[in-house]
Amino acid sequence: MKHLDEYRDAASVQTLAGSIHKATTQPWVLMELCGGQTHTILRCGLDSLLPAHLEIVHGPGCPVCVTALETVEKALAIASLPNVIFASYGDMLRVPGIHTDLLSLRARGADIRIVYSPQDAVRLAQAHPDREVVFFAIGFETTAPAHALAVQQAHALALANFSILVSHVLVPPAMRAILGSPQNRVQGFIAPGHVCAITGYEPYEELSREYHVPIVVGGFEPVDLLEAILLLVRQLESGRAEVENPYARVVSREGNRHARRATELVFETTDRKWRGIGELPDSGLCLRPQYAQFDAEQRFALAHIQADEPAECISAQVLQGLKKPTDCSAFGTRCKPKSPLGAPMVSNEGACSAYYRYRRQEVEIA
Amino acid sequence: MLLNCPLPIATTDRVLLGHGSGGKLSAELMRDIFLPALSNPILARLDDQAQLEIGGLRLAFTTDSFVVKPLFFPGGDIGSLAVHGTINDLATAGARPLYLSAAYVIEEGFPLSDLRRIADSMGRAAQQAGVSIVTGDTKVVERGAADGLFLNTTGIGLIPANVTISAAAARPGDVILLSGSLGNHGIAIMAAREGLQFDTILTSDSAALHTLVEAMLAAAPAIRCLRDPTRGGLSSTLNEIAAQSATGMRILETEIPIRAEVQGACEMLGLDPLYVANEGKLVAIVAPEDADAVLAAMRAHPLGRSAVRIGAVTQENPGRVVLQTAYGTSRIVDMLAGDQLPRIC
Repeated sequence: MKHLDEYRDAASVQTLAGSIHKATTQPWVLMELCGGQTHTILRCGLDSLLPAHLEIVHGPGCPVCVTALETVEKALAIASLPNVIFASYGDMLRVPGIHTDLLSLRARGADIRIVYSPQDAVRLAQAHPDREVVFFAIGFETTAPAHALAVQQAHALALANFSILVSHVLVPPAMRAILGSPQNRVQGFIAPGHVCAITGYEPYEELSREYHVPIVVGGFEPVDLLEAILLLVRQLESGRAEVENPYARVVSREGNRHARRATELVFETTDRKWRGIGELPDSGLCLRPQYAQFDAEQRFALAHIQADEPAECISAQVLQGLKKPTDCSAFGTRCKPKSPLGAPMVSNEGACSAYYRYRRQEVEIA
Repeated sequence: MLLNCPLPIATTDRVLLGHGSGGKLSAELMRDIFLPALSNPILARLDDQAQLEIGGLRLAFTTDSFVVKPLFFPGGDIGSLAVHGTINDLATAGARPLYLSAAYVIEEGFPLSDLRRIADSMGRAAQQAGVSIVTGDTKVVERGAADGLFLNTTGIGLIPANVTISAAAARPGDVILLSGSLGNHGIAIMAAREGLQFDTILTSDSAALHTLVEAMLAAAPAIRCLRDPTRGGLSSTLNEIAAQSATGMRILETEIPIRAEVQGACEMLGLDPLYVANEGKLVAIVAPEDADAVLAAMRAHPLGRSAVRIGAVTQENPGRVVLQTAYGTSRIVDMLAGDQLPRIC
């Protein structure tokens, strides 16, 4: 981990925290947009190093958490079919549908396999020509290129038994929804470094201009995140609103052209439901018509499955930074990682889950 | 804006893989099914072994089933692992391991050459540790009814008269010692497991710990708790001790040894090394006045060469493990809720 040590250095963290204290003269609300960043902030307790009136709220940046209930129901329906091998990233297995989750379905005999890459699912399809292999393609702009390559690979191999259930979501439309809400409190964004590595930071320039909001590209290590916070505070204190990129070791303005091209060849934008938020226009990716034969929704005729999410927890406000997980009356009592009421408690990267794992003690003391 | 949220899933009516992960679900099985059905004061202690008094002798008695996949991995195999694991469950009572049993459940079609390799490895491990495998059983099930081979071992050992070790014995102010780096076994197994395409030079740390324990007890017979942090890793072990002793635990992130290869693999897979299994490591809780002597004895033994002090038992936060980060901030180290699932990004 040598290449990462300098971004975890305790002395640098203290120096940056000191600079943030000096630079902050009034209250600000900042939002990070990636579950990985949420995780680092809480795991390392970075928010407790900041001035009391500098508030960090956690955005809808966990792809597992924001996958719509309806899509989870579709996944459960497909995985229940007798001739299907359902392949998924591990943390989708615990996400609750209406009555069950994929893990429980597996305990009842469904063939559900954890894979680490979409290529593993393609290999499964090659190895089991008599079975239908369906891959659960979730994630932001980061996982889309690999999923696109898997579809192209299946196309080249003329695999008739491979399809993907697509639930891709895009970051800028979610930011637009947060900024456009009359209740919005967020004054500056830490843009997700891994997403920007693919898309570049150019798409954020328009948002920054339009809403006069500072956006700073953030990495995932403590030093990266504190640097981004410092730059955001400096912009806010001086009335500036621009896109800055201190994460230049990974992110460029144009991003990764090859990855973007792979995504664009296979996917196009579509309206998408977000769990906890609702439908956002042009906020997702779906397969282009020429790859429709790989679309699991069409192959298994799932259009009839619809699910509206009952009003129960405050995940919508949590995902938009309006509330903290600890503001919820069910937090840590009726809602826990083992029995989640809401999406952000489900995944390791969800904000509620991170608070539960790392912060329960303060809640109980308070 | 609508408040959208899914309804909770009713408690499962089936056994999930997470029930075997050594975390919260395992504890629930114990609490809700096994303890009520089998209730007796010896079992209720919930240590890694039962401690019995028969005819003036104090015996440690333990059993463990092994379902590791793959059966052969860098640094060991299911045979040596079973011997080491059972010895360690006896050693953590301070006992001298004496006799083991071995029961094999074998799937029809299993290669005899592999079976021979496993039996040989078992025999070698037992001989090196100075224990004898004195009884056993073999069952064969239809193809598909087991995954290759499962192995159960039971062991008994003698506890010296002056030794009383229990997970319920930790006291505020006690020192927490760890015998070496974390996560080697779990990551070596995952790397060897089919489908995970990365190579590592890591090998399992599988080892019999009874001679290390013996050396520690010689330095300070009043060691309070000993555990080997297997399934569920260091976090589960410390949480169990905290719960059973009704104390808190405070550990220092900067003091916990984790090899760079383990850290790297964990970050790639989205795992936390504090939850990854070990098979040759020991956590000891000792009174502050004994800490230096025990630590010195550990460091003088080949299996404890990199032993360190990682924290202290606290009065605050009973039942909780709190970690102090390198930045001076704190976080809870909880028990695992289910299986540790890899993250996607």
